[in-house]
Amino acid sequence: MTINNNKKYRDILLETVDKKYRKRMFVNKLVTITTVVCVIAAIVPLTSILIEVVRNGISAISYDFLTQPQGSIGSGSGGIAPAIQGTFIVVGLAAAIGTPVGLLTGIYLSEFAKEGKFSYAVRFFNDVLTGLPSIVIGIVGYVLIVLALGSFSVLAGALSLSIIMIPIVVRVTEETLKVVPYSLREAGHSLGLSKAKITLFIVLPAAKDGILTGIVVAISRIAGETAPLIMTILGTSLFFTGITGPVDALPLRIWRLASQPYESAHAFGWGSALVLILMILALSMGLRLLVQKRSLRPVT
Amino acid sequence: MVGLVAFSVAKGSIDIFAKEGFNFITQSNWDAVEGRESFGAFPYIIGTLLSAGIAMLIGVPISLGIAIFISEIAPPRIGTPLAFLSELLAAVPSIIYGLWALFVFRFWVRDLVEKPLYDVFHASVPFFAKTPFGLDIFTAGVVLAIMIIPIVSSICREVMKVVPNSQREAAYSLGATRWETVRMAVFPYVKSGLVGASMLGLGRAVGETILVTMIIGNVIGPNAIPTTLFSQGQTLASLVANEFNEASSDLHLSALIALGAILLVLTMGINVAARIMVKKKIKVQSGAKSQ
Repeated sequence: MTINNNKKYRDILLETVDKKYRKRMFVNKLVTITTVVCVIAAIVPLTSILIEVVRNGISAISYDFLTQPQGSIGSGSGGIAPAIQGTFIVVGLAAAIGTPVGLLTGIYLSEFAKEGKFSYAVRFFNDVLTGLPSIVIGIVGYVLIVLALGSFSVLAGALSLSIIMIPIVVRVTEETLKVVPYSLREAGHSLGLSKAKITLFIVLPAAKDGILTGIVVAISRIAGETAPLIMTILGTSLFFTGITGPVDALPLRIWRLASQPYESAHAFGWGSALVLILMILALSMGLRLLVQKRSLRPVT
Repeated sequence: MVGLVAFSVAKGSIDIFAKEGFNFITQSNWDAVEGRESFGAFPYIIGTLLSAGIAMLIGVPISLGIAIFISEIAPPRIGTPLAFLSELLAAVPSIIYGLWALFVFRFWVRDLVEKPLYDVFHASVPFFAKTPFGLDIFTAGVVLAIMIIPIVSSICREVMKVVPNSQREAAYSLGATRWETVRMAVFPYVKSGLVGASMLGLGRAVGETILVTMIIGNVIGPNAIPTTLFSQGQTLASLVANEFNEASSDLHLSALIALGAILLVLTMGINVAARIMVKKKIKVQSGAKSQ
């Protein structure tokens, strides 16, 4: 009697456990599949972007395309050379302003600043600056430089882009330096080195790769910015005329080309997009090579 | 050292200077509403919030799914290349997303999503009661979602990486399935971090300019208040980009800059809230780690 009862209970128990177990496994499978679907849903458009850019861009690129200024509108002749040149100039200048400022601020925050209201404020504003829409930063460039000088200029564009770049560099520099083990600094102190020397000759070299990566990321970010350039460098179909004159840039050129009603302009737009992507890619590949080569060297 | 301090002070003051400047401009020209030679920002605020809202609705769940897949489910063999791919795509400039959306993607959206929705629901659901054209708020939202997915999912991944493995092992040892582990052991740990990540994405979506300008349809005035999801619209940022070079008067120009100021306040609020949330989480984590 009791044995029979126990058996009955056991069966019921097993059955419910089994049911629950199956349900749990089913939910687990369902979630796994959902996440895979998410991945696919994201990959499809993203690969489509890359494929379209390469497919449409490659046919537009030719020697003339890379070296000539634009021909008459809609004719499909000429090229985007002024835009390529302009991107190099504006981004180069922005990097020349942004890198030292960002680097030094980062070093200051990590190595020299006392924890307190001031460093907290700098960090906070830096974070805020990182999140600002680029078009707002373009307005800064417009108000501060374009209005002051009375014309759209390379300088205004470079300044706006450097404002976008600085907070990224500051953050990466500070975070990389923080990761450098404290024992390295102590070793410097024990040799009686000054703080400046320790920072310059011990901490910075140890963090070089990380900082370099941050700078390259920041440069590739500003190379693709369009919005702030609309209100600072304006865009032109001519070559560089001087630091206070307007100039062209690739993202800006793509935007203008895309809004023209001509097929040939669209083809040029794709070509410019491909050039831009290749430039950014080359930058990060170059960095990768540089960093890898260095890390092969034994640490002394 | 003095130089360093001076530099950082100069840097900090760029911030404040920029902000002061904006306040100045906003306050002096802010009151004009409707009518001739006057400006109102309301439709563009709505447009901004709506397109960013659509982007969040689509982008955040997908990003979360990707983050869970890469950090919790996929073996490193699959996860690492996926992570690399998403880093790569986060570096693609938004102008290129815009170009692609304008010439390729909008036809997909129009034919595969909007048309069917219109055909089935245009009588019953007012959201869908407009013949879809492809250049509208809905498309803008979808493309924004695609743009923020790499960013949001990689931050989500970072946040989930911080969860100590012992937490997961504890759940597994109780016999939890993978999903139960994620739900009970990982999510509670990183909830606010994930919210922060999505809000950073929201900040990006709200402030995105050039991509939206290319696909949202760019209407101005009262017509820009969207009545359906398939209406043409306008956002704060896209209007500034569209009209900045053609501003006819100082008043017009300052109205545009004032739009920028609204955008600034909006994104700043979002970002500050997001940073606070992400940071709080990471502090708790590192405290737990050091024990």
